Amino acid sequence: MIPFDFDYYKPSSVPLAAEWFHLLQQQGKHPIYYAGGTEIVTWARTNDIHPGAVIDLKSVPECNVMEMQGDKLVIGSCVTLSALTAANPFPLLSETARGIADQTARNQITLGGNICGNIIYREAVLPLLLANSRIRIAGIEGIREASIHQVFSQKIRLEAGEFLVQIVTDRSDLSLPFVHIKKRQIGSVGYPLVTVAALKKDERIHTAYSGVCSFPFQSAAIDQVLNDTSLPLSARIDQAVGQLPAPLLSNVEGSAAFREFVLKQTMAEAVHTLERR
Amino acid sequence: MTGSPLEDRPPLAIEKVRYYGEPVALVVAEEEYIAQMAALRIKVEYELLPAVLSPKEALQSNAPLVHEHLDKYKRHEEVRPEPGTNIANRVKIRKGNMEEGWNNSVHTVEIEVTLPQSDHAAMEMRCTTAQIMPGGKVILHSASQSPYVIQRAISESFQVPLHQVIVHTPLVGGSFGGKAAVQLEYLAYMASHAVGGKAVKLVNSREVDMIASPVHIGLDAKIKLGCTRDGKLTAAEFVHLFDGGAYSDRGVVMSRAGAVDCTGPYRIDNVHCDSLCVYTNHPYSTSFRGFGHPELTFAIERAMDILAKRVGMDPLEFRFANAIGPGDTSPTQTLLDRSNLGNLPMCIAKLKAWLDTDDSPQYETHGHLVKATGVCCFWKNSNTPTDAGAGAVVAFNADGTVNLLCGAVEIGQGTRTSLTQLLAERLRMDERMIHIAPEVRTETDPFYWKTVASRSTFLVGNAILRAADDAIAQLKGLAAVVLQCLPTDLDVGGGRVFLKDAPATGLAIEQLAHGYTFPNGTTIGSQVIGRGSYTMQNLTLMDPETGKGKLGPEWTVGAQAVEVEWNTKEFTYKIIRAATIVDAGKVINPLFARGQITGAMSMGLSFSSREAFFFDEKGAVRNNQIRTYKLIRFGEQPEYFVDFVETPHMEAPYGLRGIGEHGLIGMPAALANSLTAATGVELNRLPLTPETIWRTIHDPV
Amino acid sequence: MTLPPPAMYPVACEVNGEKRLVRVRAADILLSTLRDQLGLTGSKPGCENGDCGACTILVDGLPVKSCLMLTVEAEGKQLTTIEGLKNSPVQHAFVRYQAFQCGYCTPGFIMNCEGLRNAHPHADEETIRVWLESNICRCTSYEEIQHAVRDVFTPKT
Repeated sequence: MIPFDFDYYKPSSVPLAAEWFHLLQQQGKHPIYYAGGTEIVTWARTNDIHPGAVIDLKSVPECNVMEMQGDKLVIGSCVTLSALTAANPFPLLSETARGIADQTARNQITLGGNICGNIIYREAVLPLLLANSRIRIAGIEGIREASIHQVFSQKIRLEAGEFLVQIVTDRSDLSLPFVHIKKRQIGSVGYPLVTVAALKKDERIHTAYSGVCSFPFQSAAIDQVLNDTSLPLSARIDQAVGQLPAPLLSNVEGSAAFREFVLKQTMAEAVHTLERR
Repeated sequence: MTGSPLEDRPPLAIEKVRYYGEPVALVVAEEEYIAQMAALRIKVEYELLPAVLSPKEALQSNAPLVHEHLDKYKRHEEVRPEPGTNIANRVKIRKGNMEEGWNNSVHTVEIEVTLPQSDHAAMEMRCTTAQIMPGGKVILHSASQSPYVIQRAISESFQVPLHQVIVHTPLVGGSFGGKAAVQLEYLAYMASHAVGGKAVKLVNSREVDMIASPVHIGLDAKIKLGCTRDGKLTAAEFVHLFDGGAYSDRGVVMSRAGAVDCTGPYRIDNVHCDSLCVYTNHPYSTSFRGFGHPELTFAIERAMDILAKRVGMDPLEFRFANAIGPGDTSPTQTLLDRSNLGNLPMCIAKLKAWLDTDDSPQYETHGHLVKATGVCCFWKNSNTPTDAGAGAVVAFNADGTVNLLCGAVEIGQGTRTSLTQLLAERLRMDERMIHIAPEVRTETDPFYWKTVASRSTFLVGNAILRAADDAIAQLKGLAAVVLQCLPTDLDVGGGRVFLKDAPATGLAIEQLAHGYTFPNGTTIGSQVIGRGSYTMQNLTLMDPETGKGKLGPEWTVGAQAVEVEWNTKEFTYKIIRAATIVDAGKVINPLFARGQITGAMSMGLSFSSREAFFFDEKGAVRNNQIRTYKLIRFGEQPEYFVDFVETPHMEAPYGLRGIGEHGLIGMPAALANSLTAATGVELNRLPLTPETIWRTIHDPV
Repeated sequence: MTLPPPAMYPVACEVNGEKRLVRVRAADILLSTLRDQLGLTGSKPGCENGDCGACTILVDGLPVKSCLMLTVEAEGKQLTTIEGLKNSPVQHAFVRYQAFQCGYCTPGFIMNCEGLRNAHPHADEETIRVWLESNICRCTSYEEIQHAVRDVFTPKT
């Protein structure tokens, strides 16, 4: 039960969505964009967010595509995680998606929603960071494209009124050797203690993390260390952990000390696996 | 004030709030969301008071008092609070001679164990409706295990004549002890009263259900156990500190249970136990499946494993050698016999046979995977009030079918089906001829104490058998007139009353059910309505100094095992197999019986492997959602093995013993014992998450 | 305290094969609408947060947690709740294997299994596990449910 009221809009095109957002913003409605809704509903029912209006993007055709456009894979922001995994155009993304929430929830959770969410894990962004995906963003000014690295730093950073329309990834990055490892407190459903996604490209290993700090990240410094094959793996991992962009997370899922233990192991497993490929 | 046995809890906090989640205000509105909107506008300013966040802290001499006026609270059942402290109840066991016991001990172990508070997490949240009719009648609907307790509690708290309070309890969506407590019902009554008696519905959200309504009790225990050179137990000393939370509720009775069966099912002549229910600023505790036994069993069974190791005996053999038997006495000095005790050695022997059927050794390694098995035994006495009782009515319909009325609540355990089967067996009729309604209504169904403690088939079952016998006597009496014979010449079965010596001669029950009508129209007799009731017999209170007393009619005993596969590298594990052998007295419904055992085992494995409230430094629960409070899920289930021993309990219907809780009792201990065997470190703290185990190894403080 | 009446939205959808029209607040959750407006109380609230699966229904054939869906999102959709099943093989299997005790989680489990049958009529053990771990049962040991579901997905000769 949501203890407040809001207005609901379901635009059928990109410009309409941006325009309505702008209008509602002007009316002081504090609108938010809405995709799968799973996260918005959970925050709203606990009274942690108070949008005056939601703009449901699921009827915007561009947000629902999943296709190759030339050499590029284009995925709409409203494509659900389960649809992504079933179609499997980007195996690392499929694997990562499969680790989020549970199968039924993934029928609602969308790629865009997971990346743009407030919940700190946002695991679906990891493959995109690794594949240097590009993001198509719509706003009142029209559509722009930017590197994921430009718009995602700890969390999505869009201008007011903008929304994520599509994610574009080069074909050449889709089938690189990869590893995805998710470690939880216990069991096979739930938030991560540590999620590591890694790709091997041009003999270099690229890694990205969720659950380790209070935001998902990829770190050039960590990747630099991990690829320094002059050092034994354990030394590389010790150094890599010294390069974390923020303190290790300590929460209900696990303490910082235990996370460090799990992180080191998971890093070792990921690097070890990819080095043999 | 509310609360039983100690009236220490205002339905809404007065003056001070004693736990995070305690209700402070009620809002009534026409729509749920409007009530919620309004509630969100209530601003409460709290002055932060020092908090007591563990039973040990609570017992320190300078600890803040959770209740300043412990001496002023009204007491119902036996309870001994210690004013000026945080002790809500203390139960003592003094049996034998401790000095002698320790003198005879060659090996001793002393350990401390910790089980944090956790949640029942029934899938249906607690909910109730209340309505006050213009004539003063109060009607409640409640998802509860205790409709008759609600009736009485509302009657006494709000001065409504008992018969004017009507409680309806439909099928309940799981409860596990959590719905035995009365809480929302008071609030719903108050809410209805505030709006002129209109029907008010009060439903916990999951978040509220987990912290505001009572939870699963925690325990900090210290145990010292001794045995002779050849492994005969000689002495045991226990200090049980139950974390009752901010209000005592049934926690004080659980602390009694923690004393009554403290030794586990072992012969120990010298026993010293202090079992305390301690106030803390945690959510308050109430009964949970096993009622103090999973907790006490964890303590004694961890100690048993360590002591077996000291002696150099196989853990199961050590238990077999010390298994309690007829002629021994319990910690409360009840003399044991086959009927009240059952047969533990037989359970252990069957468990051993099962363990041996698998050729693989009980400890084996494959690379970084280690397989290991842990075992344990359990027993449980019911700790029911000495006057707990039940009634039953067996009313015949004109067509010879039967309506069975009784107060046992269906909470998923299948009790109303099993009770129907008991009746069918006694009436020797097809159980499909017997109707039992799914819900309980206090205004029409005869009294039943409450649906807890695995007591329904015993108490209600006995009442039903008496009602059946009463009905049979009526049928025979009437038939004897018609058939011109003595009632003792007759038998009942197959829908007929017939001559024992000439079964072909008889009457269909439908000819008698509403009286017998002769061809000339004259009718004799009237509707056959059997009535029966049963109350606990010969139970006594405990002696306050020695604990001597008879606390329940019988024990259920059993032996259990858990096999794990431990990953030495990742600190994760899989539960491979789990087994329970239980002396069920008599299995009434094999499918239900197995389901009760495996379901309880699953709950025990879930609770011991992962369930615990995560408190922040101020005592607020930070994982009050199922997203972060983890429960075992589909796919994690081990292979289950369940088998029964049948040693009849002579007082019970067909010799049955309670089995609803028992599958759970030993799971925490068996899991900890298996993981201890696998990891080589003593694991005395729940829950057994990879992190807890990692900490035990890397950070023993 | 009085509040301005919220804007009401008409939502037309098909529920268990019948066309239904409801008027709801935009903030109304589909689970509540099903239970309170349409009287379909088979779908159960267990957490209202998407964590337990007790409210699972089928939306256009796919299992969805109705506690995480706004009713307005159901416009034009085909919804199936437990009330829409009559003697389905999954229901029979749950009865045969005693795959429930209190029954509160059962509608969610059954609807999820129905969704699985739609998507993967020959689901293997691993697929069954991945799908069914979306639902929590607190009474059974899951073994009973596993037996029931395995029976449903075992080809009959």
